[in-house]
Order: sequence, then C-alpha cells, then structure tokens
Amino acid sequence: MGKKKQDLQKVVEKAIAQQKVPHVKFKGIDPQDIDIARLTKPSKETRQERWGKGLTLLAIGLIGILIVAIIGFVGLRGLATFFADRVNVFHFLFTTDWNPSAGKEHVGAAAMIVTSFAVTLLAALLATPFSIAVALFMTEYESGRKVRLLQSVMELLVGIPSVVYGFLGLTVIVPAVRKIFGGTGFGILTATLILFVMVLPTITSLTVDAFKAVPKELRKSSAALGATQWQTIFHVVLRAARARIMTAVIFGMARAFGEALAVQMAIGNAVLMPANLVSPAATLTSQLTSQMGNTVMGTLPNNALWSLALLLLVMSLVFNFLVHLIGKKS
Amino acid sequence: MRKNNLVKLLAVIVVVPLFLVGCSKNQEKITIVGSSALQPLIEQAGNDYHLAHMSSNIVVQGGGSGTGLSQVQAGAVEVGTSDVFAATQKGIDAAELKDYPVAVVGIVPIANKGVGVKDLSTQQLAAIFTGKVKNWRQVGGKNLPIIVINRSRGSGTRTTFEDLILSGKEAVNSQEQDSNGTVKKIVSTTPGTISYISFPYANDQNIQKLSLNGVRPDNQNIPANKWPLWSYEHMYTKGKPNKATAAFIKYVLGKKVQQDLVPKIGYLSIHEMKVARDSQNNITQIGK
Repeated sequence: MGKKKQDLQKVVEKAIAQQKVPHVKFKGIDPQDIDIARLTKPSKETRQERWGKGLTLLAIGLIGILIVAIIGFVGLRGLATFFADRVNVFHFLFTTDWNPSAGKEHVGAAAMIVTSFAVTLLAALLATPFSIAVALFMTEYESGRKVRLLQSVMELLVGIPSVVYGFLGLTVIVPAVRKIFGGTGFGILTATLILFVMVLPTITSLTVDAFKAVPKELRKSSAALGATQWQTIFHVVLRAARARIMTAVIFGMARAFGEALAVQMAIGNAVLMPANLVSPAATLTSQLTSQMGNTVMGTLPNNALWSLALLLLVMSLVFNFLVHLIGKKS
Repeated sequence: MRKNNLVKLLAVIVVVPLFLVGCSKNQEKITIVGSSALQPLIEQAGNDYHLAHMSSNIVVQGGGSGTGLSQVQAGAVEVGTSDVFAATQKGIDAAELKDYPVAVVGIVPIANKGVGVKDLSTQQLAAIFTGKVKNWRQVGGKNLPIIVINRSRGSGTRTTFEDLILSGKEAVNSQEQDSNGTVKKIVSTTPGTISYISFPYANDQNIQKLSLNGVRPDNQNIPANKWPLWSYEHMYTKGKPNKATAAFIKYVLGKKVQQDLVPKIGYLSIHEMKVARDSQNNITQIGK
C-alpha cells in the first residue's frame, strides 16, 4: 500500500473513531474491512457522467469539423474563380453575361442574383398576409378540431417533396400563367406562385408561435379597456408579435432562396436579366443543379458554379444573422 | 450494464471501419459514374453480369458526363461514362484515358404539334437555334413565334447538337432544361416550342418529331450517317483497365448486351455502325 493510501486509511479510521460523519452508521464495521481502493476510485455515476460528457463533446466536435469543412470547401472552391481564374469580383456580381465555358470575361451572375432575390421577395410578400390570416384564425378565432385540421394540412404541405411542387407547377401553373398573363408561362411569376405554396406553411407555423407567445394579460387588458376583438388583434396582438413575425418571414425567405428543383422546373432556366415577370429567367440554385454534373472539376465553369454556391451560403448566413438581430431587438 | 455499453461502442468503432475497408479491398468492385443517358443500360448490364459472376460488384451512378470524366481522371472510379469525347472537355487529358464507345444514340429535333412544320433543313435548324429565325412562318409553318428550349450548357446532348448543327456559331440565349423528360413535357404543352431529345425518349404521340433534310429520324438511318445527329456513349478508363473492369467492358461490348439490351433501351449497337466519327467530327467509313 502506498503512502497516500496509508494516509487515507488513517483519516478514515480517525473519522470513524470520532464519529465525525454522523449520518453514516459505522457500528459493526471494522476499519480494516474498508476498501480504500474502491472508495477512492470514481463511482459508477461519475463514470457515467464522464462518458456522457465525452460522447456529447465528441458529437459536437464532429459536427464542428463538418461545418468548418463545408464552409471551408465551398469557400475554397468558390473563391478559386477569383484567385486562380482571376475573375473580377465586381464583374461576377454586376454583369449579366453568363457563359463560363467561353472564358473569364463571361462570368457574370447578376441576372441570377436579381432573379433569386425577386422570386424570394415576391413569394414572401405574397405569402405573409395569407400566413398571418391563417395564424390569426388558428390562434384568435378558432380552437379545437378546426385548428388541428388546419395544422395537419400545413404539415402535409411541408411534407410534399419539391419535385412534386415543380411538376404540379409545370403541368398546372405554367399553362394557366401563359393563358392569363401571356409569354411562355415560364418565369418569375410562375416560380413565385409555386414558392408561395412552399413557404406558406413555414411562415404560418412560426407566426402561430408568435401569436401564442403574446401574453394573455395583454389581450385581457385590451378587452377590459373596451376594445373589440379586431381592435385587440390589430393594435395589441399584431404589434406585440411583430418581431417574431419578421423572423417567420425571414425563415420563409431562406427556404424560398434555397429552393432549387421546383423553381428550376417552372422558371425556364434561361440566364437572362428578367425583363418582366413572365419572361424566362434562372436562379442561382436552378443553374447550380442543372449544370454541376456537366462540368469538369477544377475548370473555370466548375469553379464558377462553386462561386454561385458560395453566394448561396453567404446569403443563408445573412438570413440567420438577420433572425438573430431581430430576436435580440425584441 | 456499463461493460455491456462499452463493448457495444467498441464493437461499432471497430466493425464500421473494418466494413468500409472490407468494401474497398474487394478486388471485383467496379464503380461506374457519369452520363445519365448511359446509366440505365449499364445498370441493367451490371445486374445481368452479376447473375453470371456472383463475385462481381458493379456500382452504377449518374452525375453527368463532366462528373464521369473528372472522377475517372482523378482515379476515384474505375469507369467514367460520357456522351462526349474526353478530348473536347477542357481540364481532361484525353491521352490518359482509354476510350470504349459502347453504343450510339440518335438525337432528334422535336417541336410542339401546332407549329405546322415537319421537316427542316440543317440551315433552317441552325438559324432557329442561333436566333436568326424567330417565327415558324419563316420556315413554312404557322404564324407563331418560335420558343427555343435548349439543353443545359455543357450537357452531352447539347454539345453534340451544337457541334453538328451550329458548327461553332453561338446559340441564342434561351430557356434551358437538363432532362429529356422535362423537355418533352414542355414541348408537348407549350405552343411554338422547339428542342431536341435523344431517340429513346421520342416515342411519344404528343410531340412532333422533325425530319432533317428530308431524312426521317430513325435508327436505320444512323449507321451510314444518313441521319447525322448522333453521338457515341463512351466508357472511359484511366489507362489500361484492371482485370475485372476489362472483363465487364468486354461483356458490355459482347453479343448479349449489344443485341438485346442496347436496342431495348432505344440505342444502336456500336457494331452496326458503318462509319466512325472522331472527336473533331470527321467521318470515316469503317473498313475502308
């Protein structure tokens, strides 16, 4: 037995002799029988604790590495266009001639950037009033079965794969838009209409949460002051939930901005600066998905596509940042 | 309990890498990546081959011709499939790759049923796709604006079409779609549209196949180059293929696949060709 253990043994014996640990009954225990080795070892619970903590840290570490790797890889590839292929950043952002296989003078993504923002903003603008209406109905006017039914409809809309939305758009909305608004039927308007249905459930469910978070006391005080329900909703509930509704809209916009397949099928995918809402256009995502397989790794056309991906990544970071900013303000 | 969990975790940690290593050590594994046009054929051939050679393990993936060529050049896969010549792709060193053309596929211009045109000359087709002709009236059809649906930039079908029809001229900036199916769907429903798809997709009553210079788009017209719009489906290996890969390529080029599977998918057997075409689009008679 080492010196340390001998010391410990002494401490234990002393403690027992003086009965310094009153809640432990030492009657009948011979100090010689106490297994110091076991007592000084970490208990089962401690080991569980360490295991749990270790596993959690391992998982977090792996995810951290993954995130850094993704951002690093997209960044590295995306920036190669500017550093290795010497494309001017301003040229990339502000000109509209997109034909990277023809050389570095033809790497202008402006048409796609404008289109991506246009469909995103329009879809959000269109969906927000409807979402607020549905959310108000679900939180202020109705409860019980109707709300549960609406909720499951919304969940259903989220669950439909985007290729189905795209196909529906191609078969139903494209001909309808062509008949009503002219053009070929492919364009920003059609894409917006499809995205409207796709972001509606996202914005709605988050807006419902926003209204639910408004304290009951506010509504009751408003009613006590003699306000009608509509006055309460308009002046109190909507105002109190404003920041959270904004967050909901931004989440919806992030979804619309990143949607690829459904948009690709309905927008026509022509890299042209959109002249109007029914002229064919292309978004960042639709170009990425339709061309990635046709380019050779490491060449300018491939790098240029990675630059589009980098732009998408940066934009989604911006959307996240906006959400946090609004969250802090409220 | 504690020990039990530990053992389980250890088992996972040990077994998973072993499994992965085991897979990659498998001598017979052939990974084939690239052209989505060739994917169904190779997949079926791979399944049939597996029935006769149980130890074989053939994994077929799409991803596009560009992916196929860059993956095989990087040595990441055994075979890269492509519907364009490796020599025409920037960033690919064709000298490093060995080319096995395994099938021929025709490409046919298609138009919406209502345009009133059934035949075009090569010049007319070129004029339409370069944006010089903008109305079907100008090529003998109805008074209807022409809507060009092109294929995605760099896709094999588009590259072949532009090389053979536009001969170096720039295509008009237009709508682009990357799949045969979507193109067919759009052309069948949108008035005034014109595009092109590969033969296997063209068996549809809702679209107007266009003949070219009076020649019908037909597999019989391809071998002697009477129908000029066709491309090879290539399998590329990096240098000399290993034994298992060479055996599988031999199987694909063999009677069974070429006589049963290739026509079933709508392609043309490579052995039926009476002419050969190189990456510069020079045509030579075979056997002369």
